[in-house]
Amino acid sequence: MKFGVVVFPGSNCDSDAYHVIKDVIGVDCEYVWHETRDLSDFQALVLPGGFSYGDYLRCGALARFSPVMDSVYRFVDEGKLVIGICNGFQILLEAGLLPGAMLSNNVLEFRCQWVNLRVENTKTPFTCLYEPGEVIRVPIAHHEGNYYAEPEVLEELERTGRVVLRYVDASGNPTAEANPNGAAHNIAGIINEKGNVFGLMPHPERCSESILGSRDGRRVFLSMIKSLETGALLS
Amino acid sequence: MKFKGTVTVWLKEGIFDPQGAAVKGSLEAMGFKEVEKVRIGKNIVISLDAENALEAKDLLEQMARKLLANPVTEAYRVHVEEEKAGAER
Repeated sequence: MKFGVVVFPGSNCDSDAYHVIKDVIGVDCEYVWHETRDLSDFQALVLPGGFSYGDYLRCGALARFSPVMDSVYRFVDEGKLVIGICNGFQILLEAGLLPGAMLSNNVLEFRCQWVNLRVENTKTPFTCLYEPGEVIRVPIAHHEGNYYAEPEVLEELERTGRVVLRYVDASGNPTAEANPNGAAHNIAGIINEKGNVFGLMPHPERCSESILGSRDGRRVFLSMIKSLETGALLS
Repeated sequence: MKFKGTVTVWLKEGIFDPQGAAVKGSLEAMGFKEVEKVRIGKNIVISLDAENALEAKDLLEQMARKLLANPVTEAYRVHVEEEKAGAER
């Protein structure tokens, strides 16, 4: 089993993701330069956080046209796993691999803080090792994390269990105060219809070791590994 | 022929524009009580070569649709004019 971490010009959470997968968990992992077209070695891909192409035009808009993205579409079609974290999530939205778009935080601030997240759906290859409704602590760091989608799209995401993570308070309630960026329905992470593409604004790779204050993010990667091992990819 | 296209991109009606809201607040604080709404967008100015203005506009529309604007959140408008030789402005 091999993970690939895609590196766009301006990615800056690539080494964090690589470190967690390779050093902390101990699964084979390789960097994938954005000009790469052959992804046949990999079973899972991480689109990491950062500021691909300087966030010019719109976050993720230019990365979406990187050469590697043609292969990412095929990778997704083949049912392999793709996780987009922060800027990676923005790229997946721009690429149309997930529905909706990101707006600037409604607070006019870059938000860099710990948040509480409620795991809404544990029947996904990315969250199968969490308890339903479990509240986890994960850091965020973004300026454009205000998830937006048309009302029909939001309704469908909710109805089909595709809202995977939601910003909540410490007791697990999705209050307005617990929402750090104005995201619709307090959405922090969603999954595609097929269940093999996951985008989230919080950074699980930054909280996968006790020394970093929380290990709550680690089970995202462990869930992916378990799903790949058991072959039970799609919910 | 050389053309200058201006693609103006802004957030769709009904989508909160925090920059616009902040600027509106400052304008009001300055005493411009007449201000009802402020929306901030961007202009993307593209020089291009095309057979005629119609083709130039069509190309710019394609660019706007595929890259310059995000159809989920943004609206756009394309304006084309002939580029005067040797004069940027």
